[in-house]
Amino acid sequence: MENLIDIKGVRHAYDTAAGKLPVLDGLEVSVKEGGFCAVVGPSGCGKSTLTRLIAGLMHPDEGEVWLHGEQVKGPRSTVGMAFQNPVLLEWRTILQNVMLPLEIVPGGLKGKAAVERAESLLALVGLEGFEDKRPSELSGGMRQRASLCRALVHQPDVLILDEPFGALDAFTREDLWQTMHEVKAKEPFTAVLITHDLRESIFLGDQVVVLSGRPARTQYVMEITRDGPPKLDDLYTPEASERLATLRHQIEIAQGRAEEGVSA
Amino acid sequence: MTGTLRKILVPTAAMIIFLILWEALVWVMGWPNYKMASPSDLIPAYERYWELFLIMGWQTLWRTVLGLLLAIIVGTAIGMIMGFSRTMRDALYPLLVGFNAIPKATVVPIVALMFVGAHDFNTVLIAFMISFFPIAVSVSIGLSTLEPEYRDILRSLGASQTTIFWKIALPKTLPEFFGALKVSVTLAFIGTNLMEIVSPHGRGLGALFDSGKTNSDYPLMFAVLIALALLGIVLYYVVVALEKVFAGWAERQPG
Ligand SMILES: Nc1ncnc2c1ncn2[C@@H]1O[C@H](COP(=O)(O)OP(=O)(O)OP(=O)(O)O)[C@@H](O)[C@H]1O
Ligand SMILES: [Mg+2]
Repeated sequence: MENLIDIKGVRHAYDTAAGKLPVLDGLEVSVKEGGFCAVVGPSGCGKSTLTRLIAGLMHPDEGEVWLHGEQVKGPRSTVGMAFQNPVLLEWRTILQNVMLPLEIVPGGLKGKAAVERAESLLALVGLEGFEDKRPSELSGGMRQRASLCRALVHQPDVLILDEPFGALDAFTREDLWQTMHEVKAKEPFTAVLITHDLRESIFLGDQVVVLSGRPARTQYVMEITRDGPPKLDDLYTPEASERLATLRHQIEIAQGRAEEGVSA
Repeated sequence: MTGTLRKILVPTAAMIIFLILWEALVWVMGWPNYKMASPSDLIPAYERYWELFLIMGWQTLWRTVLGLLLAIIVGTAIGMIMGFSRTMRDALYPLLVGFNAIPKATVVPIVALMFVGAHDFNTVLIAFMISFFPIAVSVSIGLSTLEPEYRDILRSLGASQTTIFWKIALPKTLPEFFGALKVSVTLAFIGTNLMEIVSPHGRGLGALFDSGKTNSDYPLMFAVLIALALLGIVLYYVVVALEKVFAGWAERQPG
């Protein structure tokens, strides 16, 4: 199958007061159409920078980012983004927040069709009846659900999630993981998820990419195969423990605490 | 007591109590009206000059509002320039602070000399100069502290800077903008009166105050002060009402 996202030999350094700060160094990531790529790595290694590159919000110093067989030169309306901070607009209702991208993208749904699309997404994530509420009237988990709807409303090919569940408590987070699978079953998209939570990465991803410490390169890739619909219980099988242990070990290497080749 | 009734009754009662205390103070101290006029001295002043109060009050009002409108337009423009460009912010900020630090009382005679006789123009100019600073600062801070994620949400969809400004940056800045506008409306009002008092043969409540002074009509001077206070209250609450309409969402629901 064709790769929907291809990141080839990407290098990038930020200009800072203290000089050049190399952040990405020879990054290689490929995600096939409909794939779900979870990216983990040490804090500050360059994960958010990676999302900004895929979204076309910035250009790499070296290397190429390809979406759908086209090189990314700038932002494109076929991308949806959600962050740790749900950044909902307080002066809009939840429904109006979700409809925001439709006002921007060329050929976006208008009027009644836009309302229906937003309402159906809100219902899908369990926010039926909250359409007319203000963001401040919702809990953190609900706001993140609304933010997810906004990222999906214009039917993007690529969904970029930068630690969207990072600020939520463990139970709310697990609820949202399941919502994520439900949404994925109804809305086709290819996802890149940045996370700090290894369990989240193996529960949601069909591919887990471990980045090295800064400057980040692709250190390790784990393919996840799943038979049947995903269940939270799957996280407590011996197979899952083994995957988590492997990833844990890779993170320690990335943090420079373990040497490659030495067993965990 | 219902909410709205309470909102009217409580301030009214406070004002009546204030007037009674004032009257009592003047009476107890036995002050003559050239030292301190009492509320009962003011009623004849309003009766004699009510027509003048209306004409002059209108003068002061429209000059203040015009100066404030200019301050909003120019202040917002400067704020936008400083909010979007770091370089412009670094360049303009010290200039603005310096300009704002000059006591406007010293600028008033200079402007009065520069444009002799152009009363309306002078007054509006001073009202504008004294009141645009808070607006410029609040808009620039509002724009420059916009979290990058807000921008990215729209930018990743290919939205232009203009779209981002109208859809996100502007509405998000409105609460700060109205906070500054409440300061500016009072400042503009002070500016107008400074100029009106200084201009010879000028118009407006400030000029009426000045004529009270030259004619040693002390109750008239106090009557002007009270009229100014009333006008100031009206202007302020107009801004508060506008804030409710345009930035009411920023108000936290109690409880
Ligand atoms: N615009 C910028 N200018 C200069 N340095 C930056 C900029 N953005 C990020 N950095 C630096 O680059 C490094 C990587 O940043 P990035 O946000 O991509 O990391 P991250 O892996 O997402 O971190 P976290 O785990 O904290 O989310 C960090 O050290 C950060 O301080
Ligand atoms: Mg990050």
